[in-house]
Amino acid sequence: MSILEAQGLEVHYGGIRAVKGIDLHIDAGELVCLIGANGAGKSSTLRALAGLAADTAGRVTYVGRDITALPAFERARAGLAMVPEGRGVFAQLSVDENLRMGAYARRDEGIAADREEVFTLFPRLRERRHQTGGTLSGGEQQMLALGRALLSRPKLLMLDEPSMGLAPLVVRRIFEVIRDINARGVTVLLVEQNAKAALQLATRAYVMESGLITLEGEARSLLDDPKVREAYLGESIAS
Amino acid sequence: MVLVALALLALPFALAGAGTTWVRVTNLAILFILLSLGLNIVVGFAGLLDLGYIAFYAVGAYVYALLASPHFGIHWPFWVILPLGALVAALFGALLGAPTLKLRGDYLAIVTLGFGEIVRIFLNNLGSPVNITNGPRGIARIDAIRIGELSFARTDSFLGLDFSGPIKYYFLLLAMLVAVIFINLRLQNSRIGRAWEAVREDEIAARAMGIDTTRIKLLAFAMGASFAGVAGGMFAAIQGFISPESFVLVESVMVLSMVVLGGMGNIWGVILGALLLSFVPELLRYTVQPLQQYFFGRMLIDPEVIRMLIFGFALVLVMSFRPGGLWPSAVRKRELAARSEDPA
Repeated sequence: MSILEAQGLEVHYGGIRAVKGIDLHIDAGELVCLIGANGAGKSSTLRALAGLAADTAGRVTYVGRDITALPAFERARAGLAMVPEGRGVFAQLSVDENLRMGAYARRDEGIAADREEVFTLFPRLRERRHQTGGTLSGGEQQMLALGRALLSRPKLLMLDEPSMGLAPLVVRRIFEVIRDINARGVTVLLVEQNAKAALQLATRAYVMESGLITLEGEARSLLDDPKVREAYLGESIAS
Repeated sequence: MVLVALALLALPFALAGAGTTWVRVTNLAILFILLSLGLNIVVGFAGLLDLGYIAFYAVGAYVYALLASPHFGIHWPFWVILPLGALVAALFGALLGAPTLKLRGDYLAIVTLGFGEIVRIFLNNLGSPVNITNGPRGIARIDAIRIGELSFARTDSFLGLDFSGPIKYYFLLLAMLVAVIFINLRLQNSRIGRAWEAVREDEIAARAMGIDTTRIKLLAFAMGASFAGVAGGMFAAIQGFISPESFVLVESVMVLSMVVLGGMGNIWGVILGALLLSFVPELLRYTVQPLQQYFFGRMLIDPEVIRMLIFGFALVLVMSFRPGGLWPSAVRKRELAARSEDPA
């Protein structure tokens, strides 16, 4: 069953159409990645799915329910978590407070246990739990943003460029954790410029180019696709 | 704690020895603390810069004045009017909040500034053709607060102590202040308080956390305004006369200065700021003239001028040496520390 589905999705900024009518769907349990060059409309798509884009057209369905008109905070409460580009960590709040903010919409008893789980996933966060978000390194901030999103117990986790500006070793760790999260049953939509790493991680992938989806399919097969290899993996197929 | 409480209870009698004026000054200072704590919710907690805050004080004062004076011949009891004033002020707060939800920083400041002026101009001009506010002449002979047979306009003796009107008001204000401080402390550590913090830090991220930023910002405006509404009602009752002149822009700036000088976001800092900015000018009023007389034989500089001079100077000094305010909130302190450590 599709957990999230978009039909004819468009995103406008003033007179510019950044996303020009795309269809995509994510099935429960999948790890889908959306790759493409800078300015292809990946982040705009994600923002529209999260309800954070102001001017959109098309239809978004979430677990069979039309959420096109639903504001961002209600989508978040319904289990559609998003880690925004640049992580959106509350810089002046401590790691603990940041995590607690992730569970803002929850009122159940399991919050403390879930936080412990996040600390097990990222021991670094436990060490720095009383430090403020702004004093963490880029990688730690990304971990915090991921952990915070997990505390909302999402059905679908949407990540916008989690590898951005991070050292390769840290990127590998973050990607391992994303795989881990997915293995625990959380559906993931990953937007990435690092196409190779994303395709190796994902089960299925969409390729975006100037506001349109130009390719889609199994991640493995896209990894072998000569067009993808040339355009996004930096390999020369010529000669 | 007990000592502070005892000192606060004994204070008005000590002050009354120096003259009832000082009790009145103290009462006004408490009103300003109430105002500052209200504005602190909007500016300090939610991070929304409001330059027209005094308008809500005016709304509260006029609600009281219109419903408890010979102007309309209505004389409702204060325990009806004060909550009503808070409610009407809260409505005005939401009214200001609704169209400004998308604005931040400078733009929000400009709109709130305009709002404050609009309210004042309305009060000034609603004297005709239908006389509602009595225009610039203001409303006089406003009822003093009375609880049963106990009127706040008279002096009563109790336990051998003289409870004059201002002293009674002092105790009522003190009780209100304790309640407001309690509410503020609870708010700060509540879900709402955390949501305000999130909105102040990063609105997009706050929405992604499932926070209804629209409602939470309106709530900040309404809540802050309701405090001002109560303070305004008390102001009308204490003064017995109000006019639009009491609610000018400078007053908004004054309250904001108290919040900023004391320490935005920190309840105790804000109280300190309000106390300082309320009492120092009064002290000046009584020291500047005699000192000048003594040294120069005549008045060279008007105390009012010196007041503004010292004011501006104090603000500049505080902002350059203690940018978080005299008693900054923990979060602001961290923020500034992080900024100075960060080389970028």
